[in-house]
Amino acid sequence: MPTHFKYCKDRYDAVVIGSGLGGLTTANRLARCGHRVLLLEHHHRLGGLATWFKRKGHIFDVSLHGFPYGMVKTCKKYWNREIMNSIVQLRDIVFDNPQFSLKTTFDKQDFAALLTNRFGIDPKRIEAFFRRVDTMNFYDDRTMTTRELFEEFFPGRSDVHRLLMEPITYANGSTLEDPAITYGIVFSNFMNRGVFTFQGGTDQLIALMTRELEKNGVTICTGARVDRIETKNGRTTGVNVNGRTIGAPAVVSNSGITNTIYNLVGTDCFTDEFLEQADRIRVNNSSCQVYLGIRPDTSIEMIGDLIFSSRSPVFDSAELLDVNTRSKTFSVYYPKTRPGHDRYTIVASMNSRYEDWSKLDEEHYRLAKVALIDRTLDDLERYVPEIRAKIDWQEAATPRTFNRYTLHTRGTSFGTKFEGLDVSRSIFKQIGGLFHVGSVGIIMSGWLGAINYGVIVANDVDSYLRSIEKV
Amino acid sequence: MTRADITDLIVEIIADIDDEADFDNLDPEKPLRDQLDLDSMDFLDIVMELRKRYKIQIPEEDYPQLATLNSCATYLEPMLKDV
Ligand SMILES: Cc1cc2nc3c(=O)[nH]c(=O)nc-3n(C[C@H](O)[C@H](O)[C@H](O)COP(=O)(O)OP(=O)(O)OC[C@H]3O[C@@H](n4cnc5c(N)ncnc54)[C@H](O)[C@@H]3O)c2cc1C
Repeated sequence: MPTHFKYCKDRYDAVVIGSGLGGLTTANRLARCGHRVLLLEHHHRLGGLATWFKRKGHIFDVSLHGFPYGMVKTCKKYWNREIMNSIVQLRDIVFDNPQFSLKTTFDKQDFAALLTNRFGIDPKRIEAFFRRVDTMNFYDDRTMTTRELFEEFFPGRSDVHRLLMEPITYANGSTLEDPAITYGIVFSNFMNRGVFTFQGGTDQLIALMTRELEKNGVTICTGARVDRIETKNGRTTGVNVNGRTIGAPAVVSNSGITNTIYNLVGTDCFTDEFLEQADRIRVNNSSCQVYLGIRPDTSIEMIGDLIFSSRSPVFDSAELLDVNTRSKTFSVYYPKTRPGHDRYTIVASMNSRYEDWSKLDEEHYRLAKVALIDRTLDDLERYVPEIRAKIDWQEAATPRTFNRYTLHTRGTSFGTKFEGLDVSRSIFKQIGGLFHVGSVGIIMSGWLGAINYGVIVANDVDSYLRSIEKV
Repeated sequence: MTRADITDLIVEIIADIDDEADFDNLDPEKPLRDQLDLDSMDFLDIVMELRKRYKIQIPEEDYPQLATLNSCATYLEPMLKDV
């Protein structure tokens, strides 16, 4: 059980600010290395964006739409087998738009077959495309955009571009203008084996992670918002929560990178050069979601686990971000999601801009949410006839909601664009002992990206703590 | 530690990371990555484990030195000679 902040000790080896999957993983790894770790979370629950909420007997998952197979190995190595064993595949991924309607297991084999048989692409070309994206890595050329990559392999084929891009845009907010390598890395991760989910739901995952953290001796405090990261002579000395200082030679911020720099540390602690780099960081878009609970006595047919639904004639990043977008994903949670909990829920997700929602006054905000739910139900009607009669709960979340719960700049759902990664990786060179973990650079976001980044950062922190021990 | 001890140690660490790894026919001259299907996260695990056990610090720019069993032995030998 999380401890109350007043019972925390005054000093730890490392303080982790924020309990997103990145923060949780860094905390766990550091504790496993023998360090005394304090984890501070402002919300009353752990998990950050990996979260859920309960309404009228329904449990709604916020960010459990699917992740790549790599989670299996990652959870086994950095969490435990029980967590790994709950990972199961989502086999029915549906695309439905004016250009094509199809069902796929979303893996390389099935995609290659679809591209050959449905889209008439030469198998050699498909193979060459997969070879190219598979071998892309972080150190490669960053100037080529995803649009250029697609044009090189599938010139003029807006339908193929849509098949390849739409899911990734939903998964991490990237567009055709982002570096091709970020696309290649994320797409290959999914193409490895398909789309997976966590059986038992996000609540179960976070409960198992919490148990593992406690077993490894991490002190956990919820309801504790860090106001400042303290520094002295170019090094961090700890954090300040509500006027109280907790000392630590290492501080790991899982708060957004822009938040960390501008709000938690303050610009006077960084060099001009670093700040120029930080000023250039673009945060990713935010999201809207509509949560629908199906009446307990009602079931729905198998219509797919994940439906990429759009009424836009072609794929268009701007259309996807528009308030009135006709493009959204439906995640359908059947009773198999949480064995023993006999409910169906549907979560619709859309990419969205903070600015479109932040300026509304309360009444317009309320009305805009009602309209959002209404448009969503209209779109869903095509897959679940008479949907309005089948639900007993409807609720919407907007960029404002995400901002309120995570404190992220403009409610960003997927961290930052590519340039955020370098800033996140180099913050410790500015302030000794200060590290950042969390969604950055497109490739370090999503459940898998955030957990793996947590491991990478834990390695840096462990190295730092051991290097200062010696002195 | 001798070179042989070091390669045994690396094999032991990899076995801990990946209990399905198959070490028969491992060629000490060839990249571990290709033979055992290791990824960059696995190499990070090796680095972290070496630090934990023997307090040796391996900077990121030296990670390529851990590519093969033989190169591991060559790189780590001076650091582990008194262990
Ligand atoms: C709608 C939506 C759907 C998504 N769907 C998927 C999906 O299907 N699959 C997938 O892989 N990924 C998905 N993602 C992305 C994924 O959820 C995130 O990339 C990942 O969970 C982020 O982890 P993180 O470590 O960056 O931290 P975050 O989850 O962003 O958490 C940061 C934490 O820090 C805390 N914090 C911030 N400031 C402070 C402070 N000053 N003091 C104390 N605590 C603080 C916040 O409260 C929060 O708990 C989705 C995201 C969204 C928004």
